[in-house]
Amino acid sequence: MTNTGLVDYLPILLMFLLAAGFVGVTMVVTHWLGPKRKTKVKLQSFECGIESKGNARQAFPIKYFLVAILFVLFDVEVIFMYPWAVNFKEFGIPGFIEMIVFIGLLLVGFFYIIKKKALEWED
Amino acid sequence: MEESASIHPMLIIAGVLGGVLLVAPGLIWLERRLLALWQDRYGPNRAGPFGLLVVLADTLKLFFKEDWTPPFADRFVFVIAPAIVVLTALLGFVVIPFAPGFIVSDINIGILFFLATSSMGAYSIILGGWASNNKYALLGAMRGAAQMISYEVFMGLSMMGVVLLTGSFSLHRVVEAQADMWFVIPQFIGFITFFIAGIAETHRLPFDIPESESEIIAGFHSEYSGMKFGMFFVGEYIGIILISAITVCLYFGGWLGPDFLPPVVWFILKTFVFIIIFILLRASLPRPRYDQLMDFGWKIILPITIINLMVTAGIVLLRESDGKLPF
Repeated sequence: MTNTGLVDYLPILLMFLLAAGFVGVTMVVTHWLGPKRKTKVKLQSFECGIESKGNARQAFPIKYFLVAILFVLFDVEVIFMYPWAVNFKEFGIPGFIEMIVFIGLLLVGFFYIIKKKALEWED
Repeated sequence: MEESASIHPMLIIAGVLGGVLLVAPGLIWLERRLLALWQDRYGPNRAGPFGLLVVLADTLKLFFKEDWTPPFADRFVFVIAPAIVVLTALLGFVVIPFAPGFIVSDINIGILFFLATSSMGAYSIILGGWASNNKYALLGAMRGAAQMISYEVFMGLSMMGVVLLTGSFSLHRVVEAQADMWFVIPQFIGFITFFIAGIAETHRLPFDIPESESEIIAGFHSEYSGMKFGMFFVGEYIGIILISAITVCLYFGGWLGPDFLPPVVWFILKTFVFIIIFILLRASLPRPRYDQLMDFGWKIILPITIINLMVTAGIVLLRESDGKLPF
């Protein structure tokens, strides 16, 4: 593996600043260029032409939250595989067997959430 | 690397930024023309040769439209969300080697950097949809966030097959390792799952459920107008270019190709093939239901990527030990 010093991240910072500059300037310029016309109806939130009722921020199905939690669990476990994938020739057979055990445990959990119907979208 | 010293990094950054920002609006023209071709109609053909000037007209129109922030929205978050989508998509190009030495920064964690920037894109959807304070926008944002994080899990996993074969996170190394054989051959399943994840990450058809027009208007960007809407739009096209370029790097040999064309040209040609596949998918596939999308991701693709990863690892180990098993 090549070593990456902090210097190699300078172009990234530069690119970030340039991109941010482009986005910022475009948004400010268009804000300044465009017309400003306010009408009463325009100031309401859009609901297919029907008068809008209530606040949009209300109770929301828990399913989405559940998916987010599962994502955190799985992504953290998947992240363990990244360093293994890079170094796996050095780890050799023992590393491979350890990873099979690890994935086995992961799949048990996966089987459990499927059996628990955590990924079912119909009630 | 010796070659990288020959081109000034500033020039590379300017080239990458300028190229991407020029191609992205051009893709809108390309997409409309190709869709028209596949649907037996003309598409934009009035302004300029082949209707090319429609790109200019669209951009100018976006510049002079009213830039409206709804009074019921969360102002700061509402403005910042479209900026994030373009910014993160542009940052992803930092690690892409367009040709030997033509890379903004050849860091040794290139693939991880790409994963990080692409997952930041989820923020723009959820922030934009939440800040809009509109029921459809919130629905779209929730769908988008759940979809993007679900498909992100195996996006990283399917890239790991390539990392196993290369032994490095650097995209430069990945391309160099494909001199003998493109990774699409040993990693065909990885390529398919990665590309599916890529389509879901850019929320393009058939996975454009966060903004499915026929049910929730424009989803998370229903309340956006003017250049803020334009940013979401351009961000989507930059995302398409990014996913196509990464696919080419990982599975189709990057800049490698016969000598009669320079490496950069090979890279751009291959990238455009995938951009056209993106458009072809939009032209041909219907949109699935939301539960079908989630089931497909979690119950079919995720197990396939894990199996693919382990089989790849096993085969590489077998090759390394020349068929002699130590146990």
